[in-house]
Amino acid sequence: MLRFLLSRSGQTLAVLFTVSVIIFALMRMIPGDPVLMMLGDDFTQAAYDRLRAQLGFDRSIVVQYLIWLQAILGGDLGDSYLNHERVSRLVWDAFLPTLSLVVASMLVGILVAVPSGIVAAMRKGSAWDWGSMGFAIFVYSMPSFWKGIVLIWIFSVHLRWFPAVGYVHPWENFWEGSWRLVLPAITLGTFFSGLVARIIRSSLLEVLDQDYIKAARARGVRRAALVYRHALANAMIPVVTVIGLQFGTLLGGAVLTETVFGIPGMGRLTVAAILNRDYAIVQGAILVGVLAVVVVNLAVDLTYAFLNPRIRVA
Amino acid sequence: MARPLDAEVLPAQAPAAAGAPSGAGAARRWWRRFARNRGAVFGLAVFLAIVLMALFADVLAPYDPVIQGVGPANEGPSWAHWAGTDSFGRDMLSRIVYGARIALVVGIVAVLLAMIVGVTLGLVAGYYGGAVDAVIMRVMDGLFAFPIIILAIAMMAVMGFGVKNVIIAVAVGFIAPFARVTRADVLAVKEEPYVEAARLAGVSGPAIIARHVLPNVLAPIIVQAALRVSGAIITESGLSFLGLGPPPPTPVWGSMIAEGRNFIVMAPHVSTIPGIALMVTIVGLNLLGDGLRDTLDPRLRR
Repeated sequence: MLRFLLSRSGQTLAVLFTVSVIIFALMRMIPGDPVLMMLGDDFTQAAYDRLRAQLGFDRSIVVQYLIWLQAILGGDLGDSYLNHERVSRLVWDAFLPTLSLVVASMLVGILVAVPSGIVAAMRKGSAWDWGSMGFAIFVYSMPSFWKGIVLIWIFSVHLRWFPAVGYVHPWENFWEGSWRLVLPAITLGTFFSGLVARIIRSSLLEVLDQDYIKAARARGVRRAALVYRHALANAMIPVVTVIGLQFGTLLGGAVLTETVFGIPGMGRLTVAAILNRDYAIVQGAILVGVLAVVVVNLAVDLTYAFLNPRIRVA
Repeated sequence: MARPLDAEVLPAQAPAAAGAPSGAGAARRWWRRFARNRGAVFGLAVFLAIVLMALFADVLAPYDPVIQGVGPANEGPSWAHWAGTDSFGRDMLSRIVYGARIALVVGIVAVLLAMIVGVTLGLVAGYYGGAVDAVIMRVMDGLFAFPIIILAIAMMAVMGFGVKNVIIAVAVGFIAPFARVTRADVLAVKEEPYVEAARLAGVSGPAIIARHVLPNVLAPIIVQAALRVSGAIITESGLSFLGLGPPPPTPVWGSMIAEGRNFIVMAPHVSTIPGIALMVTIVGLNLLGDGLRDTLDPRLRR
């Protein structure tokens, strides 16, 4: 287990290194001089040279990367070009709403997927199976931003059950915050549920086909008891992996979903920054987003190894 | 759709099988398997319909998609405007029909671009191994860590707007999956006796890759491509929805949905109808992709 932990952590560090190089390279490919952008319209040549030296832009590209990396490792993402706020502060403030949307969506997704996946597997080939799998493909294929608009139209404009836009931290005002997250979480979570339901169905079918299940069946264990007591726990293991693999997709979907619902998250921050050419924010937001994905993947892999001892030796 | 698949892919799938089936016979057998899959046939029909719509957009669209004031603003569906009009009084149906062009072109070209780059990297990494492999695949691991839409957003920030840039931005996110799939299969194929024999006969590396390795890893690559087009279209629509896609007044489904958001109370059709077009396209492509996966590459079946 320790060896697995070490090698997996090593891989993660390698990925993070590559990610940092990719982001650094992308930011250097942006046309225009960042020093000019930071100075604004009114400056002297001396001020330009001073800032340029201060930022290290007169050094070699490798040194520039190392300076940049050192700052980032120290948690310094720089300042916004426009209003000179700390980027780390802005990104953190935007990350929390996005993360709560992702977590709420996972909850909704699993709540929908587990029952529909089980029903589909237990009555394989029935109308239930076709219906729930058809529904899964359907919701999986709906672009999240459009689904959100349709939900707003039905539940906010017509039924007036939910506010159309706005966000409150659920940990500051639980009911208000959760209530406002319901529609966004359904929007993003149903996408996730379509995927998870399909996985639960196929992994449950696979488990139900195993010898130990057949043996239990032959001993006269009832089918429902079989599924809940014996098969489900094993069928859920692949689901853990999917949660890890899909965290990035969910984060990407959250960027779009929060735009629909006016949630002040990473998507809003990044798009506004792109339109303002405030690349310090763009870079910080992308860095933190990818870091979150990599860390969640590592955590899920370790959990998976813990749940399934066979993988540990790999 | 069936044409490029017949001749090359199927015989290649089982190169060592005794009495390999003739191209035409294998294609017929593949089609029979495909035709039994109702979802896949439905998906194929939807895909062909969208392709026809895009090809004949100038004939099918009743109005010019960018001319304003062809009807009253934000009017719901009527006989004159089947899908209603948007806030500029443009005909929605015409915009949706033309929007199919952007969606398909971006989706297909982006995937082809990603396929060419990713497959080349995967072939080189898998065949040569060693340091080349390590460097290429570590970069792919890094790219893979980015959620596709976030990578596309970053690319748009770097490159600026325009259809060509959207295609590149979308493509970058799909390179890593192609490289990974290709490399994994190359590792298996390169141990085959016929590759060994070619190597001993003094055939050069690139020639072996082109003549012996590539044809034998093509099936999973084609399946992968078919499965990715829908994702590419969703990514493009997402960019357009965020306002980072092709600039207005280009008729793009994602931007149409975004524009309609402001009129959701008085004119819900402006946002909802383009979304239906997008969703039908995605459902069709997903079903078609699943069908190709199940009939071409049974190993990937879930």
